[in-house]
Amino acid sequence: MSPIQEPFADGVSLAHRLDPRGKIVVAGLFAVSVAVAQTYATALAGLALALVCLALARLPLKKVGARLLVVNAFIFFLWFILPLTYPGDAVWQFGPFTVSRQGLLYTGLITLKSNTIVIALIALIATAPVNTLGQALQRLRLPDKLCHLLLFTYRYLHVLELEFQRLVQALKIRGFHPGTNLHTYRTYAYLAAMLLVHSCDRADSVYRAMLCRGFHGKFYSLRIFSWQPRDRVFGAVSLLALAALLYLEWRGAGPL
Amino acid sequence: MSEPLIELQDITFSYPGAATPVFQDFNFQLLPGKHIGLIGPNGCGKTTLLHLIMGLLKPQAGKIVIFGQEVSKEKDFVAVRQKVGLLFQNPDDQLFCPTVLEDVAFGPLNQGKAPAEAIRIARETMAKLELEGFEDRVTYKLSGGEKKLVSLATVLAMQPQLLLLDEPTTGLDTDTKHRLVHLLQDLDIGYMIVSHEDAFLHHTVGECCHVHGHCCQPA
Ligand SMILES: Nc1ncnc2c1ncn2[C@@H]1O[C@H](COP(=O)(O)OP(=O)(O)OP(=O)(O)O)[C@@H](O)[C@H]1O
Ligand SMILES: [Mg+2]
Repeated sequence: MSPIQEPFADGVSLAHRLDPRGKIVVAGLFAVSVAVAQTYATALAGLALALVCLALARLPLKKVGARLLVVNAFIFFLWFILPLTYPGDAVWQFGPFTVSRQGLLYTGLITLKSNTIVIALIALIATAPVNTLGQALQRLRLPDKLCHLLLFTYRYLHVLELEFQRLVQALKIRGFHPGTNLHTYRTYAYLAAMLLVHSCDRADSVYRAMLCRGFHGKFYSLRIFSWQPRDRVFGAVSLLALAALLYLEWRGAGPL
Repeated sequence: MSEPLIELQDITFSYPGAATPVFQDFNFQLLPGKHIGLIGPNGCGKTTLLHLIMGLLKPQAGKIVIFGQEVSKEKDFVAVRQKVGLLFQNPDDQLFCPTVLEDVAFGPLNQGKAPAEAIRIARETMAKLELEGFEDRVTYKLSGGEKKLVSLATVLAMQPQLLLLDEPTTGLDTDTKHRLVHLLQDLDIGYMIVSHEDAFLHHTVGECCHVHGHCCQPA
């Protein structure tokens, strides 16, 4: 087990150096535009844009592939259900099942759109550490409570994970071998219970440590966000690209 | 006689669900300019005492006076924590920011310092503890002793008027311990140290007190 990592957050590429506030806004607008798209033209154009962003971020393609695999594992199940249940012209029939052309097209579109959005998010959002994102959201005037929720969720995920590692280590050094017996089940039950209790305790301690250092409900950031010329260019180009997407969608609007 | 920095009067405290209280009608005083060591067997309540002073635990009865002000509500303790620094016994409890620099600057930022100023203070403090080069290290990937030193830096960076150190030497090597001794000797603020190391206490504090359930007596 390795601690929770942010494999895409470190880097010096253009996508990493852009102001996170701009990236969040653009990624949000892009995700919505692609998500509502009804035509292949829009989705394909979106995919091309997302790939451009990905190229700008110069991320390790293998790891990006691994992420996409996870997403597509979910979509994989759609391929079993949607083509069979979506009403439309039959292209293939076996027994009681009919595969419809519209169903296939629709599932394809969903697959395309999901991958496009995930690629864009990897290129724009995952290229900033979660803490920076939280601070950027705060600067974007999102309610403090929501930002804290994000930052603390992330922070305590670490706590949970470290606590889990510690417990597993404690098991290991005492020669624990999992098997199919009561001893194993009981040990796992203890592990789960202790994980919960320890994590609560640890979360308490962390909160105490924060209180001792004058925490009063507000996070200050060491990071000074600065809006550079490159951010202006990025913003302008993105707006144009989004407009183009919307134009494509408007022109090709209508059912499949 | 000048006013004590810390005064605990008839404090009673027990952990929820515990059969016997840790402290019963406990009295304690820390006079200005005094450096005292708190000693006592494991589980006698040394850590609990420090947490009571910081308001992390609330006594069931009794009165706490710090810098001449009675403190009882959370709001009173917020002010106390700006002036009193506590080093936790377990450094894992203390560090919570992703990187060392952010963690050390966290306190100064909460005190209202500008980011640039906070970074300057953080770097200075780290230099004092010879922690240069640790700025971007990830806090949960430090060694035990390194964590302890960084924790100390986070406390010192707040420029407290009073220091409470809970076993500051555990996990430190001999050289680092010596450095800590010199650092403490150069500080012109009051401090209390919980430690099981007689040699360390001998160099850093004037007197040692034994913590009991009722009082804290000179040993
Ligand atoms: N979270 C807790 N819940 C219940 N009881 C606790 C808790 N923490 C400590 N205690 C009990 O309170 C008593 C005092 O604990 P404390 O941590 O103050 O001891 P200590 O003097 O710091 O010991 P050590 O030298 O081992 O650090 C102990 O008997 C301990 O078992
Ligand atoms: Mg203790």
